[in-house]
Amino acid sequence: MLTTQFLLLGAVLFCIGVYGVLARKNAVMVLMSIELILNSVNINLLAFSVRHGSVDGNTFALYIIAIAAAEVGVGLAMVLLIYRNRRTIALDDLSEMKG
Amino acid sequence: MLAQEMNSEIVASSGWFLDHAWVIPIIPAVAFVLIIFFGKKLPMKGSELGVFSMLASLVFAGGAAWQWIQRVNSVVDVAHDAVKEGAYHAAPYVEPVIREWTWWQSGGFHFGIGQHIDGLALTLLVVVAFISSLVQIYSLEYLRGDRRYTHFFAALTLFSAGMLCMVLAPNMVQLILGWEIMGLCSFMLIGHWWEEEANSRAALKAFFTVRVGDVGLLIGTGILFFSANSWTQENLGVSGFNISGLSAWAMSGEASSSALTWGAVALFIACIGKSGQFPLHTWLPDAMAGPTPVSSLLHSSTMVVAGVFLVARVYPVFWEGMKIGDTNINFIVLIGGITIVIAALLAFVQNDIKKVLAYSTVSQLGYMMMGLGAGAWLPAVFHIFTHAFFKACLFLAAGSVSHSGSHHSFDMKKDMGGLAKKMPITATTWIISTLALTGVFPLAGFFSKDEIIDNVGYGGYNAFMIVGLSGAFLTAAYMTRATYLTFFGKARGAAAGEHHDEHDAHADAHDSHDAHAAHDAHDSHDAHGADHGPHESPKLITVPLMILAALALVAGLSNATPFGESWERFKKYVEPSAEYVAIESHMATGPGEAIIVPQQNTTAEGGEGKYDKGCAVVAPEAGMACYFPTVKHAPFKWSKAALSLIIVAVGLISSWMFCVQYYTRRNKRLVGLTERSKVLRGGYAFLWNKYYLDALYEKVIVRSIAHPIAAAAAWVNQNILDGIVNGVGKVSRRVAGWVYRNIDQRVVDGAVNGSGAAARGTGGALRPVQSGKVNQYGALLFAAAAIGALILVIINT
Repeated sequence: MLTTQFLLLGAVLFCIGVYGVLARKNAVMVLMSIELILNSVNINLLAFSVRHGSVDGNTFALYIIAIAAAEVGVGLAMVLLIYRNRRTIALDDLSEMKG
Repeated sequence: MLAQEMNSEIVASSGWFLDHAWVIPIIPAVAFVLIIFFGKKLPMKGSELGVFSMLASLVFAGGAAWQWIQRVNSVVDVAHDAVKEGAYHAAPYVEPVIREWTWWQSGGFHFGIGQHIDGLALTLLVVVAFISSLVQIYSLEYLRGDRRYTHFFAALTLFSAGMLCMVLAPNMVQLILGWEIMGLCSFMLIGHWWEEEANSRAALKAFFTVRVGDVGLLIGTGILFFSANSWTQENLGVSGFNISGLSAWAMSGEASSSALTWGAVALFIACIGKSGQFPLHTWLPDAMAGPTPVSSLLHSSTMVVAGVFLVARVYPVFWEGMKIGDTNINFIVLIGGITIVIAALLAFVQNDIKKVLAYSTVSQLGYMMMGLGAGAWLPAVFHIFTHAFFKACLFLAAGSVSHSGSHHSFDMKKDMGGLAKKMPITATTWIISTLALTGVFPLAGFFSKDEIIDNVGYGGYNAFMIVGLSGAFLTAAYMTRATYLTFFGKARGAAAGEHHDEHDAHADAHDSHDAHAAHDAHDSHDAHGADHGPHESPKLITVPLMILAALALVAGLSNATPFGESWERFKKYVEPSAEYVAIESHMATGPGEAIIVPQQNTTAEGGEGKYDKGCAVVAPEAGMACYFPTVKHAPFKWSKAALSLIIVAVGLISSWMFCVQYYTRRNKRLVGLTERSKVLRGGYAFLWNKYYLDALYEKVIVRSIAHPIAAAAAWVNQNILDGIVNGVGKVSRRVAGWVYRNIDQRVVDGAVNGSGAAARGTGGALRPVQSGKVNQYGALLFAAAAIGALILVIINT
């Protein structure tokens, strides 16, 4: 089935995204990885949408794209502010949340 | 003739005001919102809205009261012949005007809101609206120039709305609503001058102390609801919150007695908190930190009687739950009796005029509770009515003294004395109210307080009759002391025209900052602004005083038992009927529309032997309901009244002699005590000398008398409470002790401590996880998600 390949693609993208989030030190790279994860989810939704012949998945995917755009906007703004204040965007140096 | 009367349907009259009594609390509620949002822009800073709304409420309440009288007449007069022929056990039943709408519903429970108008509700409605109106008018002058003038009036108006809402509540839910609104307003108003820490602490203390009791209100309502709901739904078609439903359930003889007992105990704990009963009375004297109008309205005449009102409202529950019909000591009468004496003794050692009145209020509330606990329902409710007038008058007079006579001080020792000449109107109203409070014939207090004492004895509670009489003696004595210190003797401090430029740390110097400056500015416009000495208060203050004093004179005549049955208007219009009522008769008819009074009880005994049958003596038959127990009424005897009058007279005279003696003694000790003379500025050392004696006095009284009594009372209370609860006195104490040692100390405390330790341990263990590194958090997140997904897969396959 064609959809199986889509699902596999989604899984691969998801894994790359997770690896990026966990392994990358650069905040921008982390954000990009998050985008990868979100898009893998989109692909997943579309694949199932095709498989079940339903339009719901497409609708959700559209929502996710819109929300991802907003999320990236906020994320980049935060990264920008962090850079202004600290002159770095390496996540290892940002441990204010330490309990 | 008799048969005809008995089977005829009597249609009670109604009227617009009765049917629409729910409007009464709405008016001040709306006014509150308007004051909050637009008050500051209005020419009189919102106070006109408050005064106007209270006057409107008063008109509505008065109209409803008038129509209620018509309604009772329309039933009682028609049934008159049947009553004479003995077809009734008690006065004919007049149906309250009950209307209820669904307020909100949740999980099949309907919570209603509406009105339950009967004599009791109308008494309180009229009193609250009336006193609120006068107090608001008084406040126009008293708080002139205050920095939170608008907010003061907003809170005062909201308070009235809450109290009115509670008073006409047809169910416990609305009652709790009004009760809590009052608690909130009490907090806001006590802490009105919150810049001083003592005031905000007093506000918090009042709020929290009352909250302790409020837990009982919720628990009691819950207990009663879950035990009564199925019965009331089945028989009356109303929920277990409904007040008349609860009353009928409690009197039906089918109610579980342990549910009744526990429900009544829990509700009474709420009343202890709200009505300042021992041992939760401590908040009330501290509440005097609020402005005087607040003390007058909330903490003497209206809000604090909410607890008494609650007992009177669902009286059948307490009657059955506490076994008031027996002459055994019960929880209510005991607490009331203790409160009378404890508070009256404390009133002797106060220098602050308002605190004397506060303890006096606590003591009088004790009388009301004792009356209710001993079956003297009517005298207790009547005492709410008369007490409101003279106690409000006393507080307002104290405020008048502080406003115009003692330079914003409430200290009787330092800043008062000899004011009778300077402030004749205030002094006259004060003295009238004092005599009314002490129960001098024929003023208001005589007819209510003496009736309580008399009926407590008649109900079989002889020991408590003695408590009541000694309370009357103490009341006369401490009020004479306060009167003497304030209005007679030599003028001291501010009353002598002395200026305190530096105010000492006295708690009640509160209004001496901003309000002080405003007062000075205000006075300089007056003719006597220059000398700034004590003078009579302006009309806005004296007119409410005079009205209240006039009522303190005559209010007692509205139920003057000594003058015969025709004077007992309260009995006729306020006391609910203890008659069996056919349930169909008022189920079918619409609210407030009509009632039918069918009577088949031809077996009733007429005349004096009426108590052998009737509600609470014999349970109602199927299809009939009772809404009120058969309470006894002591026949008035001058010999008994004379005894209490003599006791009061002895109290008044001996206290007066004592005060005079003190005064002369103080003069002899003028010399040699100069240590603190600088505080009093310029040779008022004799004042301090008196203070010194009082310090001793205070120590002697409080340490050696009040404390052991309090301790003993607490011990007895603990005993008796357990006795009622478990049915066996001593055994239950041991059980309670065992439970305390093993369950409470070991199990409950152990659980609490254990969970605390566990939480700390896990916290320490999990601390390294909070590394602050985003990547690690992400790893945890994905790991958790992966585990979750794994579980999902395993479960689904």
